[in-house]
Amino acid sequence: MSMAQTESPLGTVATLASGLLFGFGLAWSTMIRPESVLDFLTFDDLGLLFVLGSAVGINLLAYQLVPRLFGRTLLGTAFQERPFELDRQALLGGVLFGVGWGLCGVCPGPALAGLGAGNADLLIALAGIFAGALLHGLWAGRQAPVTA
Amino acid sequence: MPVTLFPHGIAHYALGGTLMGLGVALLYVTTGRPGGVSTFFSSSWSWLLRGPFFRQGAFLESRHWRLVYALGLVLGGGLFLLAGQTVEASHIPAWKLALGGVLIGFGARLGGGCTSGHGICGMASLSAASFIMVITFLGTGIVTASLLKWLGV
Repeated sequence: MSMAQTESPLGTVATLASGLLFGFGLAWSTMIRPESVLDFLTFDDLGLLFVLGSAVGINLLAYQLVPRLFGRTLLGTAFQERPFELDRQALLGGVLFGVGWGLCGVCPGPALAGLGAGNADLLIALAGIFAGALLHGLWAGRQAPVTA
Repeated sequence: MPVTLFPHGIAHYALGGTLMGLGVALLYVTTGRPGGVSTFFSSSWSWLLRGPFFRQGAFLESRHWRLVYALGLVLGGGLFLLAGQTVEASHIPAWKLALGGVLIGFGARLGGGCTSGHGICGMASLSAASFIMVITFLGTGIVTASLLKWLGV
């Protein structure tokens, strides 16, 4: 369980490079500009369908084929599952996330990449996201104390 | 009328999405990590706070790489500028960014992921639950954005 604590330097480099490529792609796709996302959500420009389609298509190959072909990652670690269980709370979370997304056209990845591309206004959104995650943690911690 | 649905063409969308996908795929193929971004905003609180929720194993084990990954995202945006590209100015009112940000942060964490976690990694994992989450936030996103546009807010 503690594989992440003994991160190899190569693992750190790969993680940084992945974020860099992801952020560069977000900028290229114009998704870092909230207006682009809002134009998509109001059906004024459906180009983001091609963003989603390309990104999911490539990862469909990566997620479905690579573990079956190689068993382990290129750096020798195990492939991790996304822990997620769908319940009413999660659905409520999706509803709230969508309302926020439709209100300002920002989501977590583009907020970070857009800041790097010089949109300092996104600091407000990032502060909001940190605050929202904090509120969630305080609330969730009170609801069902974590024993780990 | 496909011309009006894609007023800016599709080339940069497809290329940008391909680069994004390659980034997320690179993370998975090299380290096995699903590259959702929103957990970063929870796990980072564990550097500061001692509450049990923020000190859970999943955050302590992943907070380091999530910070590196987030740094990469910021640098990726910066690299876009260094490559001589320009970004059109954005004019979203501060109150929308602030209120939207809180809803996004709270909602993504309650919902177990955002557009990258559920939208890219979850769908690539063929997770029916993630697919339902994407439909949900896409739905409320469309309703909210369309309503505000109609109201002129």
